[in-house]
Amino acid sequence: MTKTRMGAILLLIAGAFLGYGIYASSNVPSSYFSKFPFQLGLDLNGGTHLTYKADVSKIAGGDVNSAMQSLRDVIERRVNLFGVTEPTVQVETGGALGSEGADYRLAVELPGVTDVKQAVELIGKTPSLEFRIATEAYKNATSTENMKLEDAFASTGLDGKYLQKAVVELDPTTRQPTVGITFNTEGKALFAKITKENIGQVLAIFLDGQPITTPVIRSEITDGKAQISGNFDTKSAQQLVRDLNYGALPVPIELLSTQSVGPTLGAKVLKAGIFSGMIAFIVIATFLIIWYRLPGVVAVVALALYTILNLVIFKLLHVTLTAAGIAAFILSIGMAVDANILIFERTKEELKRGKNLDSAIREGFHRAWTSIRDSNSSSIITALVLYYFASSSVVKGFALIFGIGVLTSMFTAITATRTLLLALNMKDGKISRFLFSSGILK
Amino acid sequence: MHIVKYRKIFYIISAILMVGSIGAITFWGLNPGIDFKGGAALEIEYTKNIPTQDVVQASLTPLNFDASVRPIGNNGYLIKTKSITDSERQAMEDVLSKEDGFSVKQFSSIGPILGAEAMRKSLVSIFIVLICIVLFITFAFRHVSEPVASWKYGLITVFALSHDVLVPAGVFAFLGHFQGVEIDTLFVTALLVVLGFSVHDTIVVFDRVRENLRISKDERDKKDFEQIVGESINQTFVRSINTSLTTLLALVVLFIFGGEATRMFSLALLIGITVGTYSSVFLGSPLLVTVQKYQDRKSK
Repeated sequence: MTKTRMGAILLLIAGAFLGYGIYASSNVPSSYFSKFPFQLGLDLNGGTHLTYKADVSKIAGGDVNSAMQSLRDVIERRVNLFGVTEPTVQVETGGALGSEGADYRLAVELPGVTDVKQAVELIGKTPSLEFRIATEAYKNATSTENMKLEDAFASTGLDGKYLQKAVVELDPTTRQPTVGITFNTEGKALFAKITKENIGQVLAIFLDGQPITTPVIRSEITDGKAQISGNFDTKSAQQLVRDLNYGALPVPIELLSTQSVGPTLGAKVLKAGIFSGMIAFIVIATFLIIWYRLPGVVAVVALALYTILNLVIFKLLHVTLTAAGIAAFILSIGMAVDANILIFERTKEELKRGKNLDSAIREGFHRAWTSIRDSNSSSIITALVLYYFASSSVVKGFALIFGIGVLTSMFTAITATRTLLLALNMKDGKISRFLFSSGILK
Repeated sequence: MHIVKYRKIFYIISAILMVGSIGAITFWGLNPGIDFKGGAALEIEYTKNIPTQDVVQASLTPLNFDASVRPIGNNGYLIKTKSITDSERQAMEDVLSKEDGFSVKQFSSIGPILGAEAMRKSLVSIFIVLICIVLFITFAFRHVSEPVASWKYGLITVFALSHDVLVPAGVFAFLGHFQGVEIDTLFVTALLVVLGFSVHDTIVVFDRVRENLRISKDERDKKDFEQIVGESINQTFVRSINTSLTTLLALVVLFIFGGEATRMFSLALLIGITVGTYSSVFLGSPLLVTVQKYQDRKSK
């Protein structure tokens, strides 16, 4: 008996601690818990979501993944120029039932960005690969911080469209990875001219307006080949090769869908969601206590622990909350009660069969378990199918929160409700039987 | 016992509901939103001089976007158009922002590819969930082959489930025709949740039937199947109602307080779960008895 009592007390303390943690993480900025904020989706926070289709038709099968990675990196670089907090750029495959075989997509999420036009322009821009020569002004400047690009580095006219190929090579003397590039015929001629005229100068290679390497020209290069050596490790060399090979945007992209939510609407939706969550909890708790009396109180405590456990999981797993996700959570609260009700009804039956309180409770749990397991399994099947076939992140978020809800509800019913009920350790008698039976008129 | 005895009445009620829903869907059709059709939706708000709906509509006509304007709230409009590019959207906003206090609350544009794909995925997921559930029930009840084979439990469940999916769809066809309510991916999500949830109820009753069958065999009390099913329903009745009740309470709260984005979603769930509970208690289990009696008649 003492074991279950201690277990119950531990459970309540842990619950209270975590509950405070959740409250503190949003409302007490100085507390340790604010390190774990909730991840709010676009429809709660405001922001823009863009989906692009990547045209991989011209890329050889084996290179597609690497091309998509390259595309992702390029887009992310551009998005970062926006100064957006926590943008997300992700490659998505159409997966099962995508249109016309494997369809590769890019999903870009920009929280807090509401100027869709600007976002789309910046991302869709044709990027540039340029070779420039450092000017006298640049060499003589004491501080290059405020220098404009054109003043520091003069354009040579040699850019990405002249590039034929780039490969990773090992420098024979230093055994360091380097990047070898090959120009096409016109590029070869242009490159020869540039290198002849600028021996000893810095030739800067710019990608999307950012310098990626600034080697010094040592001699005229007529074979259209160049070796870029710098402090490359294998990985950065490979990355540069990838970027160079695919020019700037490695894959042509097409905007498939846009979604943007203004911040005021987002805040409104969030408030409505939180409010309905609280009301739902209160309504359900009232019903439970009125109908099931003492076990009802236990169920409400278990439900509170369930809610707290879910919220903690959301924080730890960085689950993104959306309006649909909040709906899923509220729904799962209503459904979490199910397992408890199954157990109570069983316990009542066992009491009717003449068992004493303690064995009635244990038998109630034992018998109810097969029901709980099987009926929750069907909800888990639904959640899995929803998650896998989700056509939008809204549905995916819903499925995730729904699935987590079902799993934790099974867990709390088996552990929390059981521990709490047993810990009550009521003596068998008229009062306790009344408290354990249910209904309005009994 | 009474439920099983009067099962013919419940079959008739269900038949009326199903026929009504199928009729509604065939005559009025479901109203697909931009999630499925593709297109753009722009939600705007004016805080100063609110132009009338006609003015807004008139200003959009020259752009040729097939725009439809609907008022939302007190000072906003929801504008739906065919799928547009971003520069076209900018043109639309330029036209609209001539009045003061203009702000964009929400904008969505879905290309036709994504739309058709969403439709395909939705239908397939409903189909797959139905199949998985049949398999699951057949597996879970594999030791119960007398007097009704376990796969028939699965089949009956699916029949009850299709009923649960058709009725909300029928209601939304009705609402779609008369109120312009649209079907979106959240609606499909609601249907899938209803499927998963309705099976809960059905499983609880079937589980009780399974247990009572075992007890009856052990105690050799020669109860006939109809009696066992009737008792199982009675024993689980309170629990079924209570569970659905708590979920419905949560959904009613969500419907009232939850905000526009999830309102139709909670409505679909409300209808679906109510119908689902009804079908589990009043349809699924009595069907077991009907199947068993049919089997008996065939083998005589």
